[in-house]
Amino acid sequence: MSTLIEIDNLSKRFGALIAVDGVSFKVARGEVLGFLGPNGAGKTTTMRMVTGFLKPDAGRISVSGHDVLEDDIAAKAAIGYLPEGAPLYGDMTAAAFLHFITETRGVARARARERFDWAVERLGLQSVLQQSIDTLSKGYKRRVGLAQALIHDPEVLILDEPTDGLDPNQKHEVRSLINEMASEKAIVISTHLLEEVDAVCSRAIIISQGRIVADGTPMELAARSRFHNAVKVTVRGVAEADLAKALGGIAGVSEVATDAIGTDVVRCTLFSSNGTGLLAEVSRHVQSSNWTVDEFGVETGRLEDVFRSITIGEPEKKGQKEAAS
Amino acid sequence: MATVLALFRRELAGYFATPVAYVFIVIFLFLNGIFTFYLGDFYERGQADLQPFFVWHPWLYLFLVPALGMRLWAEERRTGTLELLMTLPVSVTQAVLGKFLAAWAFTAIALALTFPIWITVNFLGSPDNGVIIAGYFASLLLSAGYLAISACISALTKNQVIAFVVAVVVCFLFTLSGLPLVINFFSGWAPQVLIETIASFSFLANFTDMTRGVIDVRHIVYFVSLTAVWLFANVIAVDQTKGT
Ligand SMILES: Nc1ncnc2c1ncn2[C@@H]1O[C@H](COP(=O)(O)OP(=O)(O)OP(=O)(O)O)[C@@H](O)[C@H]1O
Ligand SMILES: [Mg+2]
Repeated sequence: MSTLIEIDNLSKRFGALIAVDGVSFKVARGEVLGFLGPNGAGKTTTMRMVTGFLKPDAGRISVSGHDVLEDDIAAKAAIGYLPEGAPLYGDMTAAAFLHFITETRGVARARARERFDWAVERLGLQSVLQQSIDTLSKGYKRRVGLAQALIHDPEVLILDEPTDGLDPNQKHEVRSLINEMASEKAIVISTHLLEEVDAVCSRAIIISQGRIVADGTPMELAARSRFHNAVKVTVRGVAEADLAKALGGIAGVSEVATDAIGTDVVRCTLFSSNGTGLLAEVSRHVQSSNWTVDEFGVETGRLEDVFRSITIGEPEKKGQKEAAS
Repeated sequence: MATVLALFRRELAGYFATPVAYVFIVIFLFLNGIFTFYLGDFYERGQADLQPFFVWHPWLYLFLVPALGMRLWAEERRTGTLELLMTLPVSVTQAVLGKFLAAWAFTAIALALTFPIWITVNFLGSPDNGVIIAGYFASLLLSAGYLAISACISALTKNQVIAFVVAVVVCFLFTLSGLPLVINFFSGWAPQVLIETIASFSFLANFTDMTRGVIDVRHIVYFVSLTAVWLFANVIAVDQTKGT
């Protein structure tokens, strides 16, 4: 796999605030990197530095083999970028805007026509092509922004919250588009939708207060969750307290969380004391006790839980990050 | 070059996509008419030339050009499209040139639409059309100077009103520096060289000479280099402030 994005020890401060603090990562062709983190973590700032909009205070960035600080034009030519909030020239029609993008990107005329048709078709823009962008709905604006980022078929895609404001159908459409393109490109998307990470990302980085706090495949990250290897049993017709007592007694179970989800129906989550599987033990016990079981299974772990446990409380601690000066 | 052209076309089309262009042109022509015929004594002078027309241009441009230039960069910063523009494979210089040339072409269109005055004067008498062409040329150069100043100042703020006011003040200083008011203030104590330098920085002095048909290389060099310096400052301003 060839590395298309390489970031080394990137830092950026705004006055006393350190927005990005020594971030390093690589993204190879074929990878879709999910860039996660709470509000104000530094995701957008990092993306702005990679795309050459902001100058870093320290660190190196290379995109498609071009140093962004030395040859920004070549790097920018290789990138398709959807900035945060998808800013667009509101006084242009969607069609005129996309033509403007292919012209400034120097796409040859015949190729530009082909790519234009492709983008219009894939992002469902036919009906709004002659409408001025100011009058488009939020979701359509986002789609025009995506079309703009994809129209020159770039090798590197940087998308800052690409599905924000899209309806569920379009979210699905955009995710399958990303999956389809994934094999030939290096893609970085930032998102607050953790299901999106499972849907499209081959790897995820969680950043908090400008620092990388986790980096791995969505599976690896989810495995850090306390829900990893937990067993879920939903039982009908047994009192909550009795269930907790009976299940808590099983060897290897450290904790039982019970949750009444209906009249007479209780969902129990059994956490393992050492992270190893409990399934066999619990299954034996459940069978022998003759309960009516609605649901039984093992949890792989929840990304949301990991995200929360890694980043929680950090916005309040922000003051500490401010430099002493 | 193709990139500059693409930016130029987008910008120029942008003027006509909104009523701004038409309002600007109508005001420009209307004020030109008022100034020339009422304040300039166009008829009463009994001379077939366009002096009473051109003489007002520095004062017209003083307000109209900053009004045209104030949105050039401030608007892009306010709406966030600057991020889009600056992450296209376009250099800051190309972007500055594309925007400037489009705005300049727009003032040229407005200026060209004053042609009925030229026809009128030719109808009433037999003016020296060479001098009139020189006048139009001078007016175009003058507008470039005002425009470069306004564009540069627009790059320093998100707020168009601030951009307008500051640009008018700076343009005013450049316009004024040749007037007796300023020169008298310096004469008597300042060395002659300094006075001449200050006076030579004046839009008015350089412009007035040219509209009289005296096209000296010095005047052209003055306007071209003034425009170039301000555009260069514009490039630096955009580069330094784009992410803030
Ligand atoms: N131009 C700027 N001037 C001053 N501070 C800034 C500037 N841009 C960003 N910041 C600060 O830098 C920090 C990181 O912001 P950034 O936009 O990168 O966060 P983010 O991770 O994208 O957040 P979100 O999820 O809300 O989009 C924030 O504290 C923000 O206030
Ligand atoms: Mg952001």
